[in-house]
Amino acid sequence: MSAVPPLAGSNRRFMSGNEAVARGAWEAGCNLAAAYPGTPATEILEFAAHYPEMYTEWSVNEKVSLEVAIGASLAGSRALCAMKHVGLNVASDALMSQTLAGVGAGLVIAVADDVGLSSSQNEQDSRFWGRFAHVPLLEPADAQEAYEYTQRAFELSERFNTPVILRLTTRICHVKGVVSFGERSETSRAEGFVKDPGRLIMTPNVARKRLPLMFEREAEIQRHSESSELNQIMAGSDRRVGFITSGPTYMHVREAYPDAPLIKLGLSYPVPFDKIRELAGQVDRLVVVEEVEPLLETELKAVGIELLGKEILPRLGELSPNVLRPAIARLLGEAVPETAAPVKAPIEIKPPAPRIDPATGANVFPRPPTMCVACPHLGIYYCLSKIRNTTISGDIGCYTLGAGHPWNALDTTICMGASMGIAHGLDKGRVEADRDKKIIAVIGDSTFMHMGMQGLLDITYNKGNVTILLLDNRAVGMTGGQDNPASGRDIHGNEAMKVDFRKLCEALGVKPERIHEVNPYELPTLFTALRNEVKIPEPSVIITNQPCVLIDYYGAQPALTVDDDKCTGCGNCLDIGCPAILVTRRETVVKPNGSEKELAFVKIESGACTGCNLCPKTCGPDAILPLADYIRQ
Amino acid sequence: MSENKITNILVAGIGGQGVMTAAEILSQTALSQGFDVKKTEVAGMAQRGGVVTSHVRFGTRVLSPAIPPGEADILVGFEPAEALRWISHLRPCGVAMINTTRQEPPVVSLGLYDYPQDPISEIAATGVEYHAFDAGAIARELGNFKLVNTVMLGAISELLPFPAEALKNEILDRFRGRKPTLVEINEKAFELGRQASL
Repeated sequence: MSAVPPLAGSNRRFMSGNEAVARGAWEAGCNLAAAYPGTPATEILEFAAHYPEMYTEWSVNEKVSLEVAIGASLAGSRALCAMKHVGLNVASDALMSQTLAGVGAGLVIAVADDVGLSSSQNEQDSRFWGRFAHVPLLEPADAQEAYEYTQRAFELSERFNTPVILRLTTRICHVKGVVSFGERSETSRAEGFVKDPGRLIMTPNVARKRLPLMFEREAEIQRHSESSELNQIMAGSDRRVGFITSGPTYMHVREAYPDAPLIKLGLSYPVPFDKIRELAGQVDRLVVVEEVEPLLETELKAVGIELLGKEILPRLGELSPNVLRPAIARLLGEAVPETAAPVKAPIEIKPPAPRIDPATGANVFPRPPTMCVACPHLGIYYCLSKIRNTTISGDIGCYTLGAGHPWNALDTTICMGASMGIAHGLDKGRVEADRDKKIIAVIGDSTFMHMGMQGLLDITYNKGNVTILLLDNRAVGMTGGQDNPASGRDIHGNEAMKVDFRKLCEALGVKPERIHEVNPYELPTLFTALRNEVKIPEPSVIITNQPCVLIDYYGAQPALTVDDDKCTGCGNCLDIGCPAILVTRRETVVKPNGSEKELAFVKIESGACTGCNLCPKTCGPDAILPLADYIRQ
Repeated sequence: MSENKITNILVAGIGGQGVMTAAEILSQTALSQGFDVKKTEVAGMAQRGGVVTSHVRFGTRVLSPAIPPGEADILVGFEPAEALRWISHLRPCGVAMINTTRQEPPVVSLGLYDYPQDPISEIAATGVEYHAFDAGAIARELGNFKLVNTVMLGAISELLPFPAEALKNEILDRFRGRKPTLVEINEKAFELGRQASL
């Protein structure tokens, strides 16, 4: 094989799987793309927004984004919606009925699984949705295929009158490779929306008639799957093991076993059983390599195909070559290849030492994600950590980090918007032991609009007693600061409606006097508001109103510094949790009563500090001051 | 497929240090040199000061995007503890290029963990070839801490299967269009990194 030529001309580019999906959709004539941001799928819409021929939007949640896409499809435009795996849980209500109705123009749902859990609350397998909703599922293996399969997905959708799921994983979305691409063709339907109540109004009567049609459709796609060139047997000279692969596992297997026969499933549901039987006849043993759940394994065993799967391969995480090699060597009775030995580590670490990095075997402290320097959430968690006798339900966003050190100020986190309902349940379901517990819910602006508002309405309607901290930082922070209805800008950065959270909370039934807007850098005000509201047995909302430090609404101020002569080593400022505050030395002193106290003297990393002025408010001896003032002294 | 020699470069550091940009520049240079390239990142919450690694693989044809443990040819460590964390990803004959400027995370400030006393000598004890120098100090002297990125690329530029000039031009081209004022200083940073590694 010759080397790939340089990127001559304009039709080859180094792009991520996410960009490739957007490009593929655009070329397929897609007219509308909608999404709620979610790692690792966020960039699909960010790239889609660069194409003026497509209408694009940040929807308020995944269910709405799918409904918008369904509407566009029925209106005669090819439509795409994109989401992370857990997003399809939210959108599934629309999917499960729309699959009965079918589509108008092509409808593609790109869903990205976070295999290996780089930034999600679970590791669920979206391939289930193909089975559950009886829709075809395409699995690209790299960026080039992400581009091609997106176009194929639109074609399949129209050919078989079905929504199509394009299943991605982190190793597709966030991997860049060389993609050869083409140009856009216009594909919208000439006739526009066609009234068809016997198909589009999903009452029981209609659904009853549509169900057999859906199963017929599934059988038809299954026959197509047997002959589709998306499902290919690739011959190989080493027939001791044949592999069944789909998506990124194809690349892993090909790399580890270049000479093994295999089947690459591009259209992995409905399953092409006969084609897999054909492969089975060519090899000594068959191994199915599928990440997360043993889905194909169970289905193939059920039709009597002998194979191995999760008996020899792990259930969790990626099945990369270094995972496959020892498992297959054991199967063949060969010497198991050594993986890299962990580093010898003579260093001493305090409890909870020793700490071995699970990914690398190194004896190095963990470096978990932290809140940013000057983050507006720092003051909030500082206050929450100082209030006693609380149970705090959290939510999904940067502020989930408040569960960590030094705050340890969250007790639950489950899914988008859950802080509301869970807090209400903690209140209504309390037993005598918790009679005086203060119930607090913490939720960000985006998450509140995504799925939290309904929970608040439930609290007010049912006379709940929860103090809600609504952290409005005017962005979807965790996914990179995307705009939303709280930022006052649309996906293109153009001016848009800006939600008024005070009015919204009032409309949802919170009494006006129980709503406070607070600057989270004003620690005393914030603390007083919080302390007062937890005492009042009614729903109340404290809205914090300072922007995410990573978006352009944030204005950095001159850096602060620590006056060494004044610092007493009390360590109060460390309770803020700002990464710019570093310990320079520790000292143990014996107090007059004989007890020991550890002092921590600090400095501020001036290159990182943006002068938010939060830490001086925790400093008794006034040792923290602007760097410029300190120099003048 | 044994003639398909793949070069594996692992770039490791902390969110905000420019790890991903460095990897992107390496990838684009390899592409311009006629290689097939794949690049993948493990950076779930990269902006939050967590560990960031970027894997760059190039050769005749690259399949799996991630570098298996023990198969990196070059480890570019943007921070000494991070270099130590990822040293086991290096081949026994690989080379580690390490910036010695330390960055302590809050878990160290809070006294929950200790920073390794001498991460470089621990790396030395593994027996791999390594070069350690203070890229952070070079960047600071040039007046912009963000230049660490360019310094580190300069430092590995003689280890690559293509001319160092190609890598340098790829960096400078990025600035020529958008920020021409930064071309000169990046060239200086690149050259200082190159010298520091020799």
